Amino acid sequence: MFAQEFMRNALFAGTFVGLACGLVGYFVVLRAQVFAGDALSHVAFTGALGAAALGLDLLAGVFVATICGGLLIGLLGERARADDVTIGSLFAWTLGLGALFLAIFTTQRSGSGNGAAGVRVLFGSIFGLNGHDVRVSVAIALAAAVALLAIARPLLFSSLDEGVAEAQGVPVRALGLLFLALLGVVAAEATQAIGALLLLGLLAAPAGAAQRLTTRPWLGLAVSAALAVGSVWLGLTLAYVFPSIPPSSAVIGVAVAAYAVTLPSRRIVHGSIESTTR
Amino acid sequence: MLDAAVFQGLSWNLLDDFRQLFTYPFMVNALEAGTIVAVMAGVTGWFMVLRRQAFAGHTLSVIAFPGAAAAGWAGVPLALGYFGFCGAGALVLAAIAGTRRSLGAESAAIGSLQALALALGFVFVSLSHSILTGLDSLLFGTFLGITRSQVLVLLVVAVATVAVTAFAARPLFFASVDSDVARASGVPVRLLGLGFLLVLGLSVAETSQITGALLVFALLVTPAATAHRLTPRPWLGLTLAVALALAVTWAGLALAYFSIYPVGFYVTSLSFGVYVLVRIVTR
Repeated sequence: MFAQEFMRNALFAGTFVGLACGLVGYFVVLRAQVFAGDALSHVAFTGALGAAALGLDLLAGVFVATICGGLLIGLLGERARADDVTIGSLFAWTLGLGALFLAIFTTQRSGSGNGAAGVRVLFGSIFGLNGHDVRVSVAIALAAAVALLAIARPLLFSSLDEGVAEAQGVPVRALGLLFLALLGVVAAEATQAIGALLLLGLLAAPAGAAQRLTTRPWLGLAVSAALAVGSVWLGLTLAYVFPSIPPSSAVIGVAVAAYAVTLPSRRIVHGSIESTTR
Repeated sequence: MLDAAVFQGLSWNLLDDFRQLFTYPFMVNALEAGTIVAVMAGVTGWFMVLRRQAFAGHTLSVIAFPGAAAAGWAGVPLALGYFGFCGAGALVLAAIAGTRRSLGAESAAIGSLQALALALGFVFVSLSHSILTGLDSLLFGTFLGITRSQVLVLLVVAVATVAVTAFAARPLFFASVDSDVARASGVPVRLLGLGFLLVLGLSVAETSQITGALLVFALLVTPAATAHRLTPRPWLGLTLAVALALAVTWAGLALAYFSIYPVGFYVTSLSFGVYVLVRIVTR
């Protein structure tokens, strides 16, 4: 398996994509912003197809779109958190725009009238990465992971108790915006590897599992990252052994299976995060 | 798009253009299907927004995609796949909502379910080797080639879902606005929640056959969000949501007929435009 260059590239890039997704995903779940992640993954799709339709660089289009999308979601809401309905309306339109770009791209640029580019963006193409792609994606993923760890302490504080953090002088709103921009970076990064539609699974499932397994935040972060990386490894191996399964589907399948295994485990309820008023 | 000799395109005579829309049977079918779908999506979407279940609604609409892909792969009627998967999805979502965990944990579960559904859908599409031809219309829909029998099935499902929603409207509204008080007054809150998700799943399954799995959500959430911005009164809000959904669907279909761009783009852009306008005005 390791003799194949595409497999080495996929595993190497996938490791760092998984790491970034696991770390950021932990905060996404903690801050109950999974829906924002969902929205950004669709924004990534539109960004990529928009760039393709205009003949620009695909990756640049994705990054610009998701970072702007993240900031927009942050700016639309109070305390850098937009409500679900606002996010939903915004990304429903983004999807429509994506459909338009796909139509423009398939009718004018590629000429063949098929949706191959759309499929790659939607479901990723981790087995198609070349050496250059891998270096770029590893560098970006590492940068995102380091940036997140740098703001992890105040971000954790403001995620757990926004009011107290604000009173203590933590810049809650700026942190929230910065976090959404980081989420945008990670979403764009993961789009190339596992696709715009599936990256949500790598954000939500390992983090959800980590939160079921432990209530200690630093351990949780580590568990979430480890689960995400593990899912990528196992998923890619499965896709290599069974070629009829697409690699991105295998990765998400493993991640969600790991999450499902943790569901029956009874966890200690801790008052600060657990809401009882719903 | 059509036979060039018959298709006249857009002229300055608006009345003529309007008449042209109804010349072709496929367009009449599309307009009828769009009308049915818009009414259904307006009603269920209004309650979805009221209950703050946009994420669950989006997940349900996405689940339609693996349903269709699985049916296509197994060679059973597509409708069976749509209804089976969306029904099962509604049950799982109700189970997730029933655990009353924290918001973060609940959304993690919903997000995982959604990603799993999409991953499965992609597996089925890959297995059936129809990746390039089928995927586009499964995700983004097509209003061409809607048959009479599809319109009839749509009508039956729409009448059923709207009737059930109307029948349960009062307790559902009560349970959505204040679930604790409703529970204390003997309203079966959990049963209503499950029932609503099933109705939502049913209407999503139906709608996505026309609009594609990715665009149902636009018709569900945006007109309803606009209506909620405009009025807190339930009956007026419901009527507004339906009216808006109808208007953007008709306008979107007409625009798509006269241009080469997809209907989904027009429908989502029009509804989002109205939403932004209303947000600015009601600031």
